[in-house]
Amino acid sequence: MSVKIGEAPYNERITKGIENDFMREAVSSAQGRFRAGRLSQAEELGNWEDWRRLGEEIRTHTIENIDFYLQQLSDAVSNKGGNVYFAETAEEANHYIQNVVKKKNARKVVKAKSMVTEEIGLNKAIKDLGVEVVESDLGEWILQLDEEAPSHIVTPALHKNKEQIRDIFAKKRGYDKSDDPEELAAFARKELRKDFLSADVGITGCNFAIAESGAITLVTNEGNAEMVTTLPDTVITVMGMERIVPTWEEMEVLVSLLTRSAVGQKLTSYITTYGGARLEDEVDGPDDYHLVIVDNGRSKILGTEFQAALHCIRCASCINVCPVYRHVGGHAYNSIYPGPIGAVITPLLDGYDDHKELPYASSLCGACTEACPVKIPLHEMLIRHRQIIVERENKAPMTEKILMNGFAKWSSSPAAYKISTKLARPALIPWIKDEDMIENGPGPLKGWTDVRDFPAPSKKSFRAWFKERESEQHERSK
Amino acid sequence: MKVSLFITCLSDMFFTDVGKNTVEILERAGCAVDFPASQTCCGQPAFNSGYLKEAKQSMKQMMRSFRDSEYVVGPSGSCIGMLKEYPKIFAGDKEWEEDARDLANKSYELTQFLVDVLGITDVGSTFKGRVTYHPSCHMTRILGVKDQPRKLLQNVKGVELIELPVAEDCCGFGGTFSVKNPDISREMVKEKSRHVSETGADYLVGGDMGCLMNIGGRMRREGKQVEVIHITEILNTH
Repeated sequence: MSVKIGEAPYNERITKGIENDFMREAVSSAQGRFRAGRLSQAEELGNWEDWRRLGEEIRTHTIENIDFYLQQLSDAVSNKGGNVYFAETAEEANHYIQNVVKKKNARKVVKAKSMVTEEIGLNKAIKDLGVEVVESDLGEWILQLDEEAPSHIVTPALHKNKEQIRDIFAKKRGYDKSDDPEELAAFARKELRKDFLSADVGITGCNFAIAESGAITLVTNEGNAEMVTTLPDTVITVMGMERIVPTWEEMEVLVSLLTRSAVGQKLTSYITTYGGARLEDEVDGPDDYHLVIVDNGRSKILGTEFQAALHCIRCASCINVCPVYRHVGGHAYNSIYPGPIGAVITPLLDGYDDHKELPYASSLCGACTEACPVKIPLHEMLIRHRQIIVERENKAPMTEKILMNGFAKWSSSPAAYKISTKLARPALIPWIKDEDMIENGPGPLKGWTDVRDFPAPSKKSFRAWFKERESEQHERSK
Repeated sequence: MKVSLFITCLSDMFFTDVGKNTVEILERAGCAVDFPASQTCCGQPAFNSGYLKEAKQSMKQMMRSFRDSEYVVGPSGSCIGMLKEYPKIFAGDKEWEEDARDLANKSYELTQFLVDVLGITDVGSTFKGRVTYHPSCHMTRILGVKDQPRKLLQNVKGVELIELPVAEDCCGFGGTFSVKNPDISREMVKEKSRHVSETGADYLVGGDMGCLMNIGGRMRREGKQVEVIHITEILNTH
């Protein structure tokens, strides 16, 4: 897998999402829970807007000085006996990890949840070596069994309900019990335990790497990251280069913002920190530790108007409040990063050619910007993308360009505007029904009237009324 | 107090009563209302579609039109919200940045002007009916006007205000979004229509005609009886 997850065209994906009642029900109910949880946690913490500002400050400072902090992190990890590799591309990252796996003669790799490894297509790269890869996050494991892409960056199997999960377990692993969530989880736990114990290499992503100490922080609710990082002899962390904080202090603030924003929890059940290899005087830790820092297009975003997109802490609160996401689901975005943040970063990481519709898949309602715990102006960035698509990429439809050109002429000329207030109604007369409504509009109105009625323009414009009123008042005062 | 009315193109052409009511409400509040006739559109349709150059042409026309105004008041959170973005859009443009700041600073959405500037929370109107309020996205999130319309509605005699479920959710209008992504827009407005029906209200009221035109158009198509009205209609009924 890579950033892009399929080949279906945009409209087909949207229709497929809208027609999937199971998915929509599951997404809608999850969004409701997350939204309520986030709001109550924000209230419980108090001064939420101050916390958001602090989060924004920390991220702004860190990304502005990312070269310094990456160097500091790299030194700290090296001092703890780890190997650090900077991968400029997905291929470089995969190649490096393949070499580590090969050198170990590994037969099995067990993973904790990681979006960046989805982004670079790591699982395929490992399987290409003939090595088994097992996802140990419950949601990821379900999707791996079902050979499907994640539809959400925090809860990847959000779009599936428990009946569907039971069927997948039954089909792929001979599960014969009920769709009771506890029974399902117990089964997954038993199955995965074997994998933890037999894996030769453990791979995790990274929520926050602490530059000062070289520690990697992972946030989970299942404790699987603990197993992945403590049982195998070889451990690899893969991190997007922006997943970094200066010290433990900033980590604490951001973890609190992350868990509250993501799932409405004060803290998740497990906050795992680990890093480095076992040194001579130490009793635990892996024999061999690698940190792979992935660029894959991120440094191109530095210094641009989209730099704040690198502030994202992957909490998905923008996704959880997005009404568009609710109706079409994650797969409709055709990117492993769906929702508002996905619509912002997907074209940046993977180009406009395959993703030019994403910045328009938003009503610009601003719910995303309002929810973001580090105050990324997401909906403004979507508008900026649209400007680039129109001006630089030249990918806007010709009819739209003509229409907008006409708009500019109309709205910059009071005379033309005034005439239009008189002509709008006569021009639409053939379509106006007796109740002054249009039920079957022509041209650009058709998209509107296919699903709702459109009002007829008034017989007399407001400006005409105001002018008459003014002259009447003038007459009277004479 | 002298107030210049920014009618918004939608209300100028389609919803003229909104303008008439706005004028009468402001006059009753003691304002002298003028209407600079060279005003056109705030530029939002072009700006939100990515046509910055085109949008700037209408924005400049707006700045020219209201240059001499003391206050600019309009019956739309979204269009006033657009004016508030002008300083960002014209930042660094020596010829226009001062005009942009000036227009943004003196512009107010009607309920915001009544409550925050004039200090009025009771306009003395009477309106009988069960009413639910849709707080439009740009009004609340861009302009930050959340409580003002509620305060005014609560003080209208005869109004029974019923909470709209998940009121903060977008109705699916989004300007050009509604025709560029009609399928998603349809699903969003269907959901909003369902929520409005759940309240059992006789009237859906809001402060942005774009959203109301969308929700009202959908509810009419579904054959629902709820009347969709702009807040000025309630504030100007006696």
